[in-house]
Amino acid sequence: MRVHVLYFGVLRAFFKNERDLVDLEPGTDVAGLMKVLRGRVEGIAGVWGSLAVAVNREYAGVSTVLQDGDEVALLPPVSGGCGHPNHRKSAMIGARSFGGDTV
Amino acid sequence: MRVEILDAVLPTAVVMEEMKAGADGAVCVFDGIVRNNTRGRETLYLDYEAYREMALTQMQGLAAEAVAKFGVREVALLHRLGRLYVGETSVLIVVASAHRGAAFDACRWLIDTLKKQVPIWKKETFVDGVIWADGEPFPADVALGKA
Repeated sequence: MRVHVLYFGVLRAFFKNERDLVDLEPGTDVAGLMKVLRGRVEGIAGVWGSLAVAVNREYAGVSTVLQDGDEVALLPPVSGGCGHPNHRKSAMIGARSFGGDTV
Repeated sequence: MRVEILDAVLPTAVVMEEMKAGADGAVCVFDGIVRNNTRGRETLYLDYEAYREMALTQMQGLAAEAVAKFGVREVALLHRLGRLYVGETSVLIVVASAHRGAAFDACRWLIDTLKKQVPIWKKETFVDGVIWADGEPFPADVALGKA
């Protein structure tokens, strides 16, 4: 089966893309997909543990079983609205781990 | 309810005026604007992006929940995307209610909850660099591994 994966925020710099098509064995859950994706990028450890996942536009847990054609979004901690004093070093754009100035 | 995600300047004055009705005793407005610095680092502009379809659905859910939870009469919840400069409005919340207490409470709850779970992100461009703003940790009910 095949799922559509969407990346947002800082993840687009890590994956160098906004979306992917990923082939998975039938019955794969969110945890299984995350394992596949985690192996594709380096230097992402600082962000990885803070992600949430949405399946077909609703927040989902790791044990959610995926279906062919599902839209799976990887979501870094959100920062909408206004004002926020904290920044995470690992989210720096242009960090050496994923190469070059992307902005 | 008026819930919108726009790529243009938010119509603050229009929304505030159209929200008022005879039964209201209070209209509480939260106008979230771009600050000129983060911890003393000078900000040039912010770029907001969203998982647009999900963000709109989430915002609609929050507006409805605010009405049910606080008993306010009407809620408007608008967020702007794209590049915003210092002083511009990124988020506008307007709550109309018979009494001020519920209006204040609902307004505060809406901005606090939006900032934790509506999938919108901002990239900050400073005079000396660019960074993705760090978000708050996800609430337990949406964090991966807890659901």
